[in-house]
Amino acid sequence: MKLNDFISENKSLIGLIILMAAVSFANANFLGIDNMLNILRQTSINAVIAMGMTFVILTAGIDLAVGSILAFAGAICASLIGMDTPLIIALIATIMVGAGLGATSGVIISYFNVQPFIATLVGMTMIRGATLVYTQGRPISTGYFDVAESFYQFGGGYILGIPNPVILMVVIFALCWFVLSQTRFGRYVYAIGGNENVARLSGINVKKVKILVYALSGALAALAGIILTARLESAQPTAGLGYELDAIAAVVLGGTSLAGGKGRIFGTIIGALIIGVLNNALNIMDVSSYYQMIAKGAVILLAVVVDSRGKSNA
Amino acid sequence: MTTLLELQGIEKSFSGINVLKSVDLTIRAGRVVALAGENGAGKSTLMKIISGIYQRDAGTVIYKGNEVKFTTARQSMDAGIGIIHQELNLLPELSVAENIYLGREPTKLGKIQWDVIERESKKYLAQLKQDIDPKTPLGKLSIAQQQMVEIAKALSLNAEVIIMDEPTDALTDIETAILFEVVDELRAQGKGLVFISHRLGEIFQMCDDIAILRDGEMIHQGPVSEITEDDLIRHMVGRELSDQYPFVPAAPGDVRIEVEKLTAHGAKEISFTANAGEVVGFAGLVGAGRTELAKAIFGANPIDSGTVKIDGKEIRLKSPQDGVKAQIGYVTEDRKQEGLVQSQELSTNMSLTGLGRFCNVLGFVNKASEAVTISEYIEAFAIKTRDANTIISNLSGGNQQKVSIAKSLVPEPKVLILDEPTRGVDVGAKREIYTLINKLKAEGLCILLISSDMPELLGISDRIHVLSSGKLTGSFSRAEATQENIMRCAVAGQTNG
Repeated sequence: MKLNDFISENKSLIGLIILMAAVSFANANFLGIDNMLNILRQTSINAVIAMGMTFVILTAGIDLAVGSILAFAGAICASLIGMDTPLIIALIATIMVGAGLGATSGVIISYFNVQPFIATLVGMTMIRGATLVYTQGRPISTGYFDVAESFYQFGGGYILGIPNPVILMVVIFALCWFVLSQTRFGRYVYAIGGNENVARLSGINVKKVKILVYALSGALAALAGIILTARLESAQPTAGLGYELDAIAAVVLGGTSLAGGKGRIFGTIIGALIIGVLNNALNIMDVSSYYQMIAKGAVILLAVVVDSRGKSNA
Repeated sequence: MTTLLELQGIEKSFSGINVLKSVDLTIRAGRVVALAGENGAGKSTLMKIISGIYQRDAGTVIYKGNEVKFTTARQSMDAGIGIIHQELNLLPELSVAENIYLGREPTKLGKIQWDVIERESKKYLAQLKQDIDPKTPLGKLSIAQQQMVEIAKALSLNAEVIIMDEPTDALTDIETAILFEVVDELRAQGKGLVFISHRLGEIFQMCDDIAILRDGEMIHQGPVSEITEDDLIRHMVGRELSDQYPFVPAAPGDVRIEVEKLTAHGAKEISFTANAGEVVGFAGLVGAGRTELAKAIFGANPIDSGTVKIDGKEIRLKSPQDGVKAQIGYVTEDRKQEGLVQSQELSTNMSLTGLGRFCNVLGFVNKASEAVTISEYIEAFAIKTRDANTIISNLSGGNQQKVSIAKSLVPEPKVLILDEPTRGVDVGAKREIYTLINKLKAEGLCILLISSDMPELLGISDRIHVLSSGKLTGSFSRAEATQENIMRCAVAGQTNG
């Protein structure tokens, strides 16, 4: 591969490296192992959601409901753990709830021809409402049974010094990469985003693929809910507020086109890491949280502008 | 005879590939110059340089005595150069009139003068003998009508130089004849015209001069009267073409597809059968219902009543998946919108319909066997591409068409429906496609061929059915079929043109 091709295909990775280099000059503590693991752990929740979002955006869709699904699934999971439900059943049930909610968006989009933005906006509102109703606006503790202790490991535990959420993130990344690049389903996702009409006339069951894509996005949002709930040992009714925007930002920073049909899951991980590094850097440099939001927005804007300039010149 | 536009030594390369090599071309007032050449010869690139869409690397363009360098299409348009593009550049959601005046709407105090736009649009459409309400959304029109709107748009520019890039490709004979009358008028008015067409007959019928491009070089320029069709083809392809329509008689096999009283959107009670190892042609004017029939048989359009049987077994057709499952292949007439994902690779496009062939039960794609099949098709169909990962939109029309046909063949269909398979394809590639059709026929494939190119249809079909206003109005064996009796059936029962 020529150097030029490598650069144009890995702009987000290069951006991440430049960002990290810049921050490490500004603050000597930044590059320490502890801080790196910290960044990875903080990134994991957004990365898991963003990987589901990547599938959705590749089909030229959008999923605004993920933050609400995270909260609802987290509440369900906390209740189940609090009732001493066997761990595996609680986990599967929670992920099924997320997948079911996502699939519902998919059905509304495919069968009732509702724009993904609208369908998932409605989902975001209703599921958040359902979460508030279910929790009565109060946190739900995971309780004091033994199962709560093993559940905690999903968010707060380590294996060989690596935080478990980071391990989960890597496993999900490997699975998503495999599905997108090595399976028929992955091909269909790209084809639908590239041109839905062509996909339909190629004999692809477009409706089914779309429903599965939103179900996957919901399932991964629920998994993110599990990680967050486990770490906090309780489910917050307002958990995940605004997470959909961070996830979309990660996908876009990773070079995936909002028009669909183009993008890579690796880019999304890099995009999530850019956001993670940025948050971390602004914190350790003691930038006030008000300014952090402005800085974060500015960096995302810069990245997207650089990326789109590269495209129009090509 | 004044020279309107003169190109001298035009050079252009894309990513290191020289697509135009020192090309000269002269466009004179009151003459039609034909620009001929195979796909990829550089015709469209040359026209895009004239109209300012591309910038030349070297050479000069002299327009009405002054050297010009247009940097946008807008500038050339304002200077009086109109271009009718091969690919329709219209917006389906807007009305016909809005499309014609897009970007140059006459206004009064900032308000668009709709009455002027509609009146003027109607005038230009009437000049083309098109009775289209200018308020109709463009997307509601047939492709041929849309093409006429594109031509009306060029007329409305009042251009001095009009470039027509394959304007007749989407038109039927009747509309083509109308277009030719208009061209005669424009010629008489002293306009300079450039006519790009793959239909050689039209070049001899219409044009005064000819310019032939091959691989980016201007091979020949001169009056049409001084060149024979054989010479023209030889100049274009650089080799002899013995027979334009190679027909191979074949003994048809058993009945493969039986369509009985099929009624669907645009098709009424159509019955026919076709055998294995047979090419059955479908003739008709644009809008006769041929594409609609094809889409119904493939499952892409809902069937109201009637049955379709493959090998004697009735099949259920609710969606294109059912069509693919019943081993029907459909090559659409609209490559850009329906055939291929333009922004993605050749390889993923080609294997899209038949991906199941390379998958195990869990849906994992065996990329090695996929790559083998793709490279086999690239070789067998002589697809000109750098490699299997080239983006579709970077291929020429003919090569895209070959990918589109290969895509339908990967799932190994029993019935192949080809809808205008040679539209926008050059002479050399056309012949390759005919040879391909013959080969598939010999292998026992049942081929339904829809084409508006009459000589082609007569040349390679074993039998021909004619549709008119959604009904089957005639069926001919190869021996009985002539242009005249097909045309008689094609206009039978036509209520409006």
